[in-house]
Amino acid sequence: MKLPLSWLSEFIAFPKKITIDQIVEGFVKVGFEVEGVENPAKDIQGPLVIGQVISIEELTEFKKPIRYVALNCGEKSLRYVVCGATNFKENDFVIVAMPGAVLPGGFAIAVRETYGKTSNGMICSARELGLGDDHSGIMVLEAKKAKPGVDAKVFLGINDPVIDIAVNPDRGYAMSIRGAARELAMSLDLEFKDVNSKALISSLEKKKKSGKKVSALITDPSGASRIYLQSLIDVDPLKPTPDWMARRLTQCGMRSISLAVDITNYVMLELGQPLHAFDTAKIQGSLRVQRAGKYKDFVTLDNVKRKLSTEDLVIADDKKVLALAGTMGGLESEVSEFTASIALEAAHFTPMAVAQNSRRHVLSSEASRRFERGVDPELAEIASARAALLLIELSGAKYVGSSKKITPIKLRTATFSSSEISELIGCAYSDKEVQLALTKIGCKLRKSGKKWIVSIPSWRPDLNNMPDFAEEVARYFGYQRIPSILPNVKPAKSGASGLTSIQQRKRGMALQLAARGLVEVHNYPFVSAKQMELFNFTGDRAKTFKIANPMSEEMPFLRTHLTPGLLATAARNLARGEKSVALFETGLVFRNTEKLIPAGNVPTSKRPTAAQIKKIYESVPKQALHVAGVLAGDFEQAGWWGSGRSAEWTDALDLVAELIASTGNQFTVHNVELAPWHPGRCAEFQVNGKAVAHAGEIHPRIISELALPPRTVAFALIMDALPFAESVKAAPVVTMPAAIQDISLFVPQEVSAQQVKEALIQGAGELLESIQLFDRYQKPGEQQVSLAFTLVFRASDRTLTSDEVSALRTAAGEQAVKSCKAVLRS
Amino acid sequence: MNQEIEAIKNQALSAIDQATSLDELKEVKIAHVGDRSPIARANQGLAQAPTDQRAELGKLIGTARSTINQRFEARERFLIAERDSRVLQEEKVDVTLPTARKPKGALHPLTILSNEISDLFVGLGYTVQEGPELEASWLNFDALNIPADHPARTMQDTFFIEPVDSGLVMRTHTSPVQARTMLENEPPIYVICPGRTYRADELDATHTPVFNQVEGLVVDKGITMAHLKGTLDHFAAKIFGPDVTTRIRPSFFPFTEPSAEVDFFYNGRWIEWGGCGMVNPKVLQACGIDSKIYSGFAFGMGLERTLMVRHGISDMHDIVEGDVRFSRQFGLGAR
Repeated sequence: MKLPLSWLSEFIAFPKKITIDQIVEGFVKVGFEVEGVENPAKDIQGPLVIGQVISIEELTEFKKPIRYVALNCGEKSLRYVVCGATNFKENDFVIVAMPGAVLPGGFAIAVRETYGKTSNGMICSARELGLGDDHSGIMVLEAKKAKPGVDAKVFLGINDPVIDIAVNPDRGYAMSIRGAARELAMSLDLEFKDVNSKALISSLEKKKKSGKKVSALITDPSGASRIYLQSLIDVDPLKPTPDWMARRLTQCGMRSISLAVDITNYVMLELGQPLHAFDTAKIQGSLRVQRAGKYKDFVTLDNVKRKLSTEDLVIADDKKVLALAGTMGGLESEVSEFTASIALEAAHFTPMAVAQNSRRHVLSSEASRRFERGVDPELAEIASARAALLLIELSGAKYVGSSKKITPIKLRTATFSSSEISELIGCAYSDKEVQLALTKIGCKLRKSGKKWIVSIPSWRPDLNNMPDFAEEVARYFGYQRIPSILPNVKPAKSGASGLTSIQQRKRGMALQLAARGLVEVHNYPFVSAKQMELFNFTGDRAKTFKIANPMSEEMPFLRTHLTPGLLATAARNLARGEKSVALFETGLVFRNTEKLIPAGNVPTSKRPTAAQIKKIYESVPKQALHVAGVLAGDFEQAGWWGSGRSAEWTDALDLVAELIASTGNQFTVHNVELAPWHPGRCAEFQVNGKAVAHAGEIHPRIISELALPPRTVAFALIMDALPFAESVKAAPVVTMPAAIQDISLFVPQEVSAQQVKEALIQGAGELLESIQLFDRYQKPGEQQVSLAFTLVFRASDRTLTSDEVSALRTAAGEQAVKSCKAVLRS
Repeated sequence: MNQEIEAIKNQALSAIDQATSLDELKEVKIAHVGDRSPIARANQGLAQAPTDQRAELGKLIGTARSTINQRFEARERFLIAERDSRVLQEEKVDVTLPTARKPKGALHPLTILSNEISDLFVGLGYTVQEGPELEASWLNFDALNIPADHPARTMQDTFFIEPVDSGLVMRTHTSPVQARTMLENEPPIYVICPGRTYRADELDATHTPVFNQVEGLVVDKGITMAHLKGTLDHFAAKIFGPDVTTRIRPSFFPFTEPSAEVDFFYNGRWIEWGGCGMVNPKVLQACGIDSKIYSGFAFGMGLERTLMVRHGISDMHDIVEGDVRFSRQFGLGAR
């Protein structure tokens, strides 16, 4: 909301010495962020005076009309200026920038030769002065007040800072000069000079002439509680908007359109009540507030044909829709240069109805923003009287009476004690202080025992419960008065404390990976259809969610896997000059695999039932926590010690094995074919028979498409699929000597090392302490693989004899022969 | 016999003296000192010696062995000392050579900051709560006193999930975790909720559509705005240093009443940090907490902003793009 200081001054008696900084602080103190202070006059330097046009010489030899103008600028002799505008005549008063002046944008004025004449200055348009967009001609001033030679900055009052405040949605009343001034006066402890509404209303009544008035109806009381319709005739549609009004509209960020429209906007800015001027000639019958119902479409002022919803709140006459209530007027019933009579409408629409209009038509207007936030129901009458009086004054219109439909305004009250406020804020406020603060914002208080019974002003729909009033009291005295006390934290009833197991796991895994040389990234979880296709996801990982309004139309899907983001980020790092890259990410993935039923409308007036809560929770898909990583290029760097070592599939598997081991879980590893991995080089890690992770080489097709180094590897682990292992039962450390045996065997290539190992373990029996594969060899072209293991045997109570040990080795080997088609090597 | 033993002894002593390295000395030990050395064998031969000579001979051998052993030990000490003073010196390496064969890993600084904040509140006795990022709009909005068609809903540019009547949104703040916490737990509640949040803002130097928040929620008997202020002061001092000054000023959030913005004074200017306030009784009511018995406060800050201010990061792109050069500056936990 833009607030010209001169306009605020009409409602507040500012002390002479007040500074803009003090005013800014005053707004901030009571909760209005100041987004900026503009003062175009700051950008105007040097002499700018009022000149009267004495004579005009038309220079016709040029392509466009050029005038050579003699001006009386209050100087001893006339001043001659060349001018390209033609919207002025002799005796008019204009603004003259003298040589030496600098206009906004650093536009310096100097004496110059142009069109064969010497121009001694410039006649200015509103835009050249930074006063608005109007560049259609120069500014012509009202003759009554202007005097040649007077300082134009003073005359125009353009040395007028405009303070731009942000108004929060609960403070709709401050979307007006009057409302903002009331807040500022309260904050700075200055007197607030309110409009005299009774005087306005009675003054209009006195001007009433006889004539035919348009009648107003509310046929849907859920849409509006009051409407005032002032009928005016004999409007001079060609009367221009006075400069002072146009200027204020510009200062507030609105354009001057026509006198009648400008008056409605001016009154809206001043008082906060949106108004609409209808051309009476276009109204058939009476004007009514109703739902769109049978009406199908309608063209708004902005010349957009809008399909109406039956639920839209509209203003219609007997035959057609005239306006989208509280949102935007219609093109057809708009006032025009032929309008001779006007029906001036001011209504109090239901905030929700306007909000829905605005949402349905994606149409946010100055009017709808105010109605949504709540307009004072008392204002419709006052504002319409003010606007009618302005029309009478400025366009010579005659007032012929008003039609109104009004629901009485319920006086709202609240009851609470000063101590309740003190207890919520944690700061003592006396009765006197509470009374003072609340009176300042327009409340009327009376005491009943220890409690206050507070009458709530009509413009404050946001005030309902004690905390609302507590905020008013606290902000009046300043939040700095509230002490700073650290509360004594009490333990949760659930007994929970510290980090949960999964939170600890997430931290631990991230640290482990970072310590192993991987860099953590946080990728956006958005993916494209192209990525989904490239990664060739199937099953659950192909089922994603689509964002209805994505940032980028190309990436509307939510990730079902962390690898697309990781690989893209790896490619970006490589493109920026990294030779190798090792990245990891922890985060949620989104898979659209469950049948989700929206919970529907659950009221918030009380705690939902257990069934409702269950429905709400079940309407949300499960989002698994994953950790994934990618290794591209060298995983051991080259250096003075020699060459580096490329990351290979074993590195990815080893990282996963280490992560799972850190959770205390036992796992098995299996070859699987799963995108986005290389079908022959993908390992699935299982815990209790359930897949918990995958690791291996990325499919070469994806590697080449993303221009990653060959044999780039990746892993992905589902953190919350890993059980939380029971605490370790420690086995005693045996100190008897160990007996070490090596065993070498050939197995068919389709037998996995894991299968052989398991067979050896089974055959070796309980005295086997550990087993490790130390050699693997396959001659090119051969169908069998040579494997060699070291077996360590140990008994807890004796030294094993060599006979015992070789028998155990033999038993191990025999089991491998039996279950793995192994052949023992001598 | 005596001469024989004398000769064995002299040979041994001479061999010991001639050993110039510990390796040579090891050989000498086997040849002249160990179990199979001549002197050891002479000792073993004692049993065959005539009885009357046995005692004298034994003494002789014993003395010789002890001389050999002493000389050996002296030589060994000498050679060890020599190795320590010279040989190891010759093996000196240039320790300034690069040693890192493993790439340099790092946590993302947002992770480090989030952990730091969680730890700071866990230290006060809070628990850490997390929740889904794809959330029911009832929990993201309705439960937090942001009804449909309320202007406050448009304050946050929400990502909606297709179909739009799915009732699912990308959470616009971590506040639905607060709602879940209140639905699932009875007071006293002291929780901190860090997490990723989403709003349809274009990525630029100061905005990102995917960002991180940390929110705090306290619901207990007798909780006041002074407690909120005390908690914010403590929080700010821990994150920005003990000299930081905070201020709160009135604002509006549907889920708090009174509401405030919290700023802190850092490097000579006031910086907006986040929003806060006393939990709106309507929110307590929607979650089934009796606002006549309990009151609470809540606050929420952007982690990116906090990180940018604390570490002088001027461009949001650095935080979101995953360039390893950015995160490596923070290593495994630098602040």
